[in-house]
Amino acid sequence: MMIDWASFTPWASLAGGALIGLSAALFVLFNGRIAGISGILGGLLPWPKGDIAWRVAFLLGLIAAPAAYGLFAPLPAVQVDAGTATLVVAGLLVGIGTRYGAGCTSGHGVCGLSRLSPRSLVATAAFMAAGFVTVFIVRHLIG
Amino acid sequence: MHIIMALVAGLVFGIGLIISGMTDPSKVIGFLDLAGRWDPSLGFVMGGAILVGLVAFRFAAGRDKSLLGDAMRLPTATHIDRRLVLGGLAFGAGWGLAGYCPGPALASLVSGGGKPLIFVAAMIVGMVLFELLERLPARRKPAA
Repeated sequence: MMIDWASFTPWASLAGGALIGLSAALFVLFNGRIAGISGILGGLLPWPKGDIAWRVAFLLGLIAAPAAYGLFAPLPAVQVDAGTATLVVAGLLVGIGTRYGAGCTSGHGVCGLSRLSPRSLVATAAFMAAGFVTVFIVRHLIG
Repeated sequence: MHIIMALVAGLVFGIGLIISGMTDPSKVIGFLDLAGRWDPSLGFVMGGAILVGLVAFRFAAGRDKSLLGDAMRLPTATHIDRRLVLGGLAFGAGWGLAGYCPGPALASLVSGGGKPLIFVAAMIVGMVLFELLERLPARRKPAA
């Protein structure tokens, strides 16, 4: 295994991760809920009763984050290699998969593992494994 | 107050994603590319988040009300079934294809141009598909 030292950002990633953990901590301690993004978004889609305001508020905060960050520092550069067709297929898979699997990187990965939930550990192992295999196929078998 | 806390939590979450580098799909794919030049950063993001989360959830587990007086809504599901694993696999495949998972995609909507928009639109279509499939009357009951 070859480490990409030029890209590796241990401290920034640890610090950003701690903030994500802080968000999950605030949300569970104050609101009594799991900060799982796919669940918060997906829970809006049946669009029925009362349960909408806090979901919209959380998502608005998340969506507004780059604007808030941009007040203090320039946003880091990002690179999206996927083309339109890939983005559509990927989005569909992520949408349907996170709902069937009842969680994503935040709900199972961060909150579930923090709760030491075996169910979330299995889900996290499944999506990590599929991510590793997919990138291997795309980059090294096809690419 | 609940609404304000939800907004603050979302904002802190998004800023954490930006600082950690996770709003950059090429960095996420750099972590998933074990056979290439590997960027371990995502592991550090998870590690940092879980270190804080372990303390918070340990504290939360001992309470029956949140600090704002709501019922604690911690997940009660513990079963490990085909839906969980297949859903996780499908999610992981999509994650590996684009380098976006739901949080970073949403946190890129206002700053990232058209690509996160396409991804998020497709993701919402996928979630709607799930809702429709769940309502099919002929659907077999999931093994509990």
